[in-house]
Amino acid sequence: MTIKICSKPFDPWREIQLYQHSAKDMAGKFGATSVFIGTMRDFNEGDDVRGMTLEHYPGMTEKQLEKIVAEAIRQWSIIDALVVHRVGDVLPNDPIVLVAVWTSHRGDAFDASRFIMEALKSRAPFWKKELLKSQAERWLVKNTNGYRQLRNGE
Amino acid sequence: MSIKVRYFASLKENVGRPEDDLESSGLATVDDVWLRANPNKALPDNILAAVNMEYVELDGVVKDGDEVAFFPPVTGG
Repeated sequence: MTIKICSKPFDPWREIQLYQHSAKDMAGKFGATSVFIGTMRDFNEGDDVRGMTLEHYPGMTEKQLEKIVAEAIRQWSIIDALVVHRVGDVLPNDPIVLVAVWTSHRGDAFDASRFIMEALKSRAPFWKKELLKSQAERWLVKNTNGYRQLRNGE
Repeated sequence: MSIKVRYFASLKENVGRPEDDLESSGLATVDDVWLRANPNKALPDNILAAVNMEYVELDGVVKDGDEVAFFPPVTGG
């Protein structure tokens, strides 16, 4: 498993290609790859957003992400996993986060990547400050729960 | 003999500095650390705390040499 924190823009598709290419022992072993990419929008809460700064807690970020991936490995049958996250100044359309999980079968790939992503959102120490078109700045207050809220009887 | 205190994001702006170094004597919990570092400021409700980069509750124990961090809810991803 690999955790990367990038202070410069990254190309998630190239990261996946390079990672898969370098992990020679994985060739022929995996039947499923689940990929999640989070990208910066140019709008939020009804406002036009022209950029954001991503702050983090160096050291704790890596420690928490390693714990999250280790928890996923205990819960699902994972061959390998890659997590890449941007920090610093980010522009609309820039990728912010990549989670890729390689497994034998699709169920583990989907479930593990979902778990890693939701755990990252609630536990990894990153903070976003938006710069609006109006020049105002604001810190995001809280991440939403990414799991669909079930209605009664569903 | 000291405890390093770190603040992040909006809380760092709120307290007006990124970190403090405190004499560790008399400090038993995370809450004690906040009170010593910020005697005139109540800890905002939603603030999270970590000791040596692991999440803890406010009654979490601290000891000499620890790094204690305070920060708002995380918003990465």
